[in-house]
Amino acid sequence: MSLLSSHGSEPDRRLGQKLLQVNWVLVLLLSLLTGVGLLMLYSAAGGHAEPWAVRQSMRYGFALLALLTIAAIDIRFWFRMAYPIYAVSLALLAAVEVAGSSGMGAQRWIDLKIFQLQPSEIMKVALVLALARYFHSLTGDALGRPARLVVPLVLVLVPTGLVLKQPDLGTAGMLLAAGGAVFFCAGVRYWMFAAMLILAAAAVPVAWDMLHDYQQARILIFLDPESDPLDSGYHILQSKIALGSGGLWGQGFMQGTQSHLSFLPEKQTDFIFTMLAEELGLVSALGLLLLYALVLAYGFAIALSVRSQFARLLVLGITANLFLYVFVNIAMVTGLIPVVGVPLPLISYGGTAMLAVMISYGLAISAYVHREVKIARRGPGDA
Amino acid sequence: MALRQHSEDPIRGLTRRALVLGGLQLGLFGILGARLYQLQILQQERYSLLAEENRVNMRLLAPPRGRILDRFGTALAINRQNYKVMLVREQIRNLKDTLLRLQQIVSLEDTEIERLSRDLRRTRAFVPVMAAENLTWDQVSRIEVNAPELPGLSIDVGQTRIYPLRESMAHIVGYVGPVSGPELTASADPLLQLPDLRIGKSGVEKTYDKPLRGRAGTLEYEVNAHGRIIRDLARTQGQPGKDLVISIDSRLQRYAHERLAGETAASAVVMDVHNGDLLALASVPTYDPMAFVLGISGAEWNRLIHDPLKPLSNRSTAGLYAPGSTFKTVVALAALEAGVEPDRTVHCPGHYRLGRARFHCWRRWGHDHMDMIDSLSESCDVYFYDVARRIGIERIAAMARKLGLGAPSGLDLAGEQAGVVPTEAWKLEQTGQPWQTGETLISAIGQGFVLTTPLQLTVMTARMANGGKAVHPRLLRGLRDEDAPLHIVRPPEDLGIPRAHLAIVREGLDRAVNDKRGTAYSSRIKKSGWEMAGKTGTSQVRRISMAERARGVIRNEDLPRHRRDHALFVAFAPVAEPRYACAAVVDHGGSGARAAAPIAHDLLLETQRLAPLNRPALPMAAVPDPGRDSRREG
Repeated sequence: MSLLSSHGSEPDRRLGQKLLQVNWVLVLLLSLLTGVGLLMLYSAAGGHAEPWAVRQSMRYGFALLALLTIAAIDIRFWFRMAYPIYAVSLALLAAVEVAGSSGMGAQRWIDLKIFQLQPSEIMKVALVLALARYFHSLTGDALGRPARLVVPLVLVLVPTGLVLKQPDLGTAGMLLAAGGAVFFCAGVRYWMFAAMLILAAAAVPVAWDMLHDYQQARILIFLDPESDPLDSGYHILQSKIALGSGGLWGQGFMQGTQSHLSFLPEKQTDFIFTMLAEELGLVSALGLLLLYALVLAYGFAIALSVRSQFARLLVLGITANLFLYVFVNIAMVTGLIPVVGVPLPLISYGGTAMLAVMISYGLAISAYVHREVKIARRGPGDA
Repeated sequence: MALRQHSEDPIRGLTRRALVLGGLQLGLFGILGARLYQLQILQQERYSLLAEENRVNMRLLAPPRGRILDRFGTALAINRQNYKVMLVREQIRNLKDTLLRLQQIVSLEDTEIERLSRDLRRTRAFVPVMAAENLTWDQVSRIEVNAPELPGLSIDVGQTRIYPLRESMAHIVGYVGPVSGPELTASADPLLQLPDLRIGKSGVEKTYDKPLRGRAGTLEYEVNAHGRIIRDLARTQGQPGKDLVISIDSRLQRYAHERLAGETAASAVVMDVHNGDLLALASVPTYDPMAFVLGISGAEWNRLIHDPLKPLSNRSTAGLYAPGSTFKTVVALAALEAGVEPDRTVHCPGHYRLGRARFHCWRRWGHDHMDMIDSLSESCDVYFYDVARRIGIERIAAMARKLGLGAPSGLDLAGEQAGVVPTEAWKLEQTGQPWQTGETLISAIGQGFVLTTPLQLTVMTARMANGGKAVHPRLLRGLRDEDAPLHIVRPPEDLGIPRAHLAIVREGLDRAVNDKRGTAYSSRIKKSGWEMAGKTGTSQVRRISMAERARGVIRNEDLPRHRRDHALFVAFAPVAEPRYACAAVVDHGGSGARAAAPIAHDLLLETQRLAPLNRPALPMAAVPDPGRDSRREG
């Protein structure tokens, strides 16, 4: 197969046709999730649309536009843009890292007026794009050669190292896990995973020495929150209290005492799930999990229906990303893992995670809309 | 073959791996669901309880302390609003930081910071601890403005005890102070847990602390995470302290205080002879009780407790004096009881011989022939030497006890002294030595072992003036809100002293003041119908401890200072129909006639002018209630 044939395998369609092809049920699910988020933000503000719900809905409108735009663009374009996007993201990430550590303030985001963009969030998408493109060209026996894994490993480890230095352990972990998911789906051998794990374990002491004292301290607190009971330990206890007092049916919409009396920290951002569970109970908490599970299931369905390896890996990586967001956030607020600043996408107040997820699903829908497109196996660097 | 497996269709391999990944995700979601089930269903009760604890705080409400009023309703102790900064341990995130910020508004000394940290450790976490009090309005508003940045810190309106009459009432009303460690452990009253609570430390404030204190109420309220109170949930009303009405006439008391103020150390008592109501109970030097309320400095405190004149001690109840010649009234009554004829005369050559010893009369050249009334009026010592020798110390002691000497009067005021009425057995027990007849003689003129308090002398005088009734002194007239006044106005028991005997002694005391030859003639009350009767006393004795008596009393000449005698005077008025008994004692004042009698004169004159017993006293149920806020929170 040649690049040319892949271009010609499907005729260009008009925008209207493409929009009909969009997986609207998926869009509806995403909107439903956002709606739940808006309800909780309305409650968190004590029954007011200001200051959170209005801004959040404006962001969603913008993000939805981005999703549809991305979905309408040919998947081959995204294939071609995968490395450039990755490069730009990495540059941005390095830029804020330099700015953050060079005394220009701890600003790790770029102000886009309506969004404050964290390059690390965009990197989550960019990494999946780049890995999907790399593994698209890699088949069969090539996967068995360890040398072939050097490039994708570098793709994963460089941004991971950068966010680890911030130190943003949550995002670093998510980058590693999402990367791992793409490696896994691409068919990397199990023994290679084992080897990478051993190498990683050996690298820990080296990486540790490279960190500043305050970074080491933050990592230690992360690993042992009891050592800082006033901060994260306190947050987790309050979160568990709020969750537990919700019970099966909850204390009622806008009736959560722990959230409304400010015992619950960050109720409109990282701990919004706790507030939902306190006010609306276990039933609604599980309902929300089900909504996410449906979105994830659609991701798998799309992945299994597209024809190109790039699109499959991309969609699976995107799905893994969303799963990681949801799992890490809920595991965090229920006290299963230490507190890391990971928001609940589409529900938590804040634009970056929402934009990252919507862009991701824009790509996923693009993959679906262009599911019949075939992309040549021979990519750059594949001789 | 392993390799075979890897070169199979990549799409199929991917599908399998995707399913594994999906299964993994499903499993992890399952764990989340299980965790939620565990928290929200299995442990719901526990976390609901914790949520409630988070949300609901409780604190004690200190009831307003009861007021203390004089017999006509004049305020002697009241409460004023007092703005305080309170700290609540469980709401403070960073104590150091909070204190640092507070210090920018209110000046706190290091010792106060230490005290505060200790209090915060000692009390339960929800109990507010006072950091500073008596704040100015400016300080209050600055703290209120900064409240959001100062979690656990709040303004509380408390009450300060105010003693409007200050020094003149200090020994009677007393003062309040913080609860001490032993007091805290001794009582189960939860109110004492409030570290800013003030309880009675002396005077009536101490005697009647319980009814004055009232009972604690509780307030349950909802708070947010910053400790800000959202709303009150439940309130159990405590019981405000009861108002107390005491027998003192504050106008007379103030007069007495001012009259004594010219002396270095003196005391005076005015009492209702019939029911024992104390109308005035003055003692100088005294102190300002407000100093204790507003916080007394260490230096000031040291000055008070080390002052040789003991301003903190109430001389009229705790000062021990040899009664001197005032004791002759007791000897006279004992002699009459023993059958001594009042008309029988004794020749006074100025001294009395007992074996080889000579006992002197105060009048060196003697009184010539004296009967009982003469010898009381002119205070002849020899007459009483003679009589005492005849009747013996035991009879004298019995009469002294009957009249209220030698034992605490039972006044409702802490710190009262018992005094000494010696007997043969008492001396043997104290010193191991047998009683000497000479000691009987010395006792007869109120010297030697005999010790009394001014209050006891007043009671003694009252009992002679009221026809031999066992009147007891009392300060409390009643508690407000109480149906029956605590002061039981039961007619006092009769002491069994024949009226005729009392009439003779009264005649002697009448002439001592109103007869030209009487020792206190110059202090007589001239206004007709208000005349007083009385007895002078001059005692050579200072306060002598039992131990010193046992070792042998140091001679007067060896004393480093204050060699002068104590001046005493007991009196009642009006002579015809006695209503008021009075005692006046001037420490080292010289002779009773010159130093003490004029005071008694002035006091009894003023007493009859004010006539507290003729004016209606405050009915217990009608204590005025000016602007008292019973909704006060503590």
